[in-house]
Amino acid sequence: MTNLIVLPMALPIIIGIILIFLRPYIKTQRAITVIGLLTTIGISGYILQSVYTDGIMRLDFGGWQPPFGILFVADSFSAILVLVATIVTLICTIYAFSSIGREMENMYFYSFVNFLLAGVNGSFLTGDIFNLYVNFEIMLLASYVLIVLGGKKMQLRESIKYVVINIISSWFFLVGIAYLYAQLGTLNMAHISQLISESGQTPLLTITSLVFLVVFALKSGLLLYFWLPGSYSAPPTAVAALFGGLLTKVGIYSMIRVFTLIFYHETQITHLAIGILAGATLIAGSIGAVAYKDIRQIVAYNVIIAVGFILVGLAVMTQEAFEGSIYYLMHDMIAKSLLFLLAGTMITVTGEKRFDNMSGLIRNYPAFGWMFFIVMLSLAGVPPLSGFIGKVLVGQGAIEAGSFILLALAFISSIFVLYSLLRIFLNSFWGETIISFEDEIPLRKGWMVSFGLLTILMFVLGLGAEYFAPYVADAAYTLMNPQVYIDAVLND
Amino acid sequence: MKINNVILRTVTKLVVFIILTLAVYLFFAGHNSPGGGFIAGLVLASAFVLLFIVYDMETIKNAIPLDFKKIAALGAFLAVGTGFGAFLFDVPFLTQAFDYFQVPFFGEIELTTVTIFEAGVTLAVVGVVVTIILSISEDV
Repeated sequence: MTNLIVLPMALPIIIGIILIFLRPYIKTQRAITVIGLLTTIGISGYILQSVYTDGIMRLDFGGWQPPFGILFVADSFSAILVLVATIVTLICTIYAFSSIGREMENMYFYSFVNFLLAGVNGSFLTGDIFNLYVNFEIMLLASYVLIVLGGKKMQLRESIKYVVINIISSWFFLVGIAYLYAQLGTLNMAHISQLISESGQTPLLTITSLVFLVVFALKSGLLLYFWLPGSYSAPPTAVAALFGGLLTKVGIYSMIRVFTLIFYHETQITHLAIGILAGATLIAGSIGAVAYKDIRQIVAYNVIIAVGFILVGLAVMTQEAFEGSIYYLMHDMIAKSLLFLLAGTMITVTGEKRFDNMSGLIRNYPAFGWMFFIVMLSLAGVPPLSGFIGKVLVGQGAIEAGSFILLALAFISSIFVLYSLLRIFLNSFWGETIISFEDEIPLRKGWMVSFGLLTILMFVLGLGAEYFAPYVADAAYTLMNPQVYIDAVLND
Repeated sequence: MKINNVILRTVTKLVVFIILTLAVYLFFAGHNSPGGGFIAGLVLASAFVLLFIVYDMETIKNAIPLDFKKIAALGAFLAVGTGFGAFLFDVPFLTQAFDYFQVPFFGEIELTTVTIFEAGVTLAVVGVVVTIILSISEDV
């Protein structure tokens, strides 16, 4: 049934609304959220499998045929990201159960987590560029609430920056859409793509594409990341992990979608620009990651490095590079959430923000320490963990395309990732214990469960790379051949 | 601060009903001509806001004991819920249906599922607008 592909967005929305009525009943809210997310995970898995067997699925809302109506399109790329995003949300929510506190749970916290997920999944699934904007707004509105919930001074300060920068970028987004609509008279992404390939990508269209590049660069933190480290260190740990895992990824997804499906004719301008931006992001992110002693800043700069790395795949535009980018996107959603959760927990148990004020944590929390070690190796790309296969494939693609500078930057940045996290590990986990066993804050079961699940997922993605290969290859094939997507939408 | 503004209060008592009637008119007009759930919601909300301004908040909260946040949620639930109706009939999400019915006294009228959706929109708009204005006024 085609209606299935609206559920990853519609289900979280309806659950979020129901939770508003259940405001005083926190336990019920938690149960409904978990059940709803598990159902969504099941549905997303089913969608991924049926896209793989039966080809791209589409749903025309209200029965309006494309290109006139709004539609959802699920190809393998979207389906993979929806699945991973929902899993990450579930795990961050489990962490939130025992960390977020009654006060925030009472202020519609779970509703807004559900709305956030709805916006994220909607952005991944939509096939209409204005609807993409709307889904971005749903996601951002939920994130505005989540970033400010709790109302600490730092949160208020950072949220003003965050809201302003996102409103400005959304305005640019709207302007870009208006330019596009003025030139082509359609908003359906497949139809836009078809019209451009028929009439050629005129200089005006290329300029419009650069407007989109700026918008998505702001949203994903590609070089224009100045707002990111501050905003991602302000909210509570569970929310920061959700942001780090999901929000920039939506920007990356949109950039990959727009520059593979619509603006792929003038690659010497647009993709060169993306390549330069990605390279600059890798350099600046690497410098940022080693420049700070505040753990949350370091972790936030690691997000930025990953953005640069994934978009190297888009800049070189080969099948292998896209496969690598998709693997790395999946890996990064999982690993960055885990990293944010671990960093936030370190700050909770020690009460310190700088790693040089912590020491000897591994004696107090051995399992916790080793999980930090594992995520560090995974982010650095050590096999058999999940970061490895993505890095290899992006590297392979870069070699094929002859972009040796990007290749070098991408791999040197991995060393910086390793160094920045190793510094945290050596300083805060080794050495003299500063927390005596009597003062030790015990790690809650919910925390360990969420860390454990994410660590297991990293192993699953790393060791089971072969199992995911056909899905990823299918997704990369659709990205390389936009005609497949267009045929599924318009000529079906 | 207590302002005894007799003229404003008397006028408001009358005007609120005119505004409410206009809101209902706009709501139903929206089906085929300018108007609709969103506009009706704004007009309805303006009636509530006028009441809150002219009388004090306590009086109105006693007279209309509604949690406007819940009203917004109820509206959103209705609007999304009509979408889910599509699952029952196995048609694409958000498909609308309409038919003509013979009703005594009124004659032939058109009933549509869009009206339910629009009612949801109206409630959501009323809820959100009033909640925003009330929370801003509480802040100061």
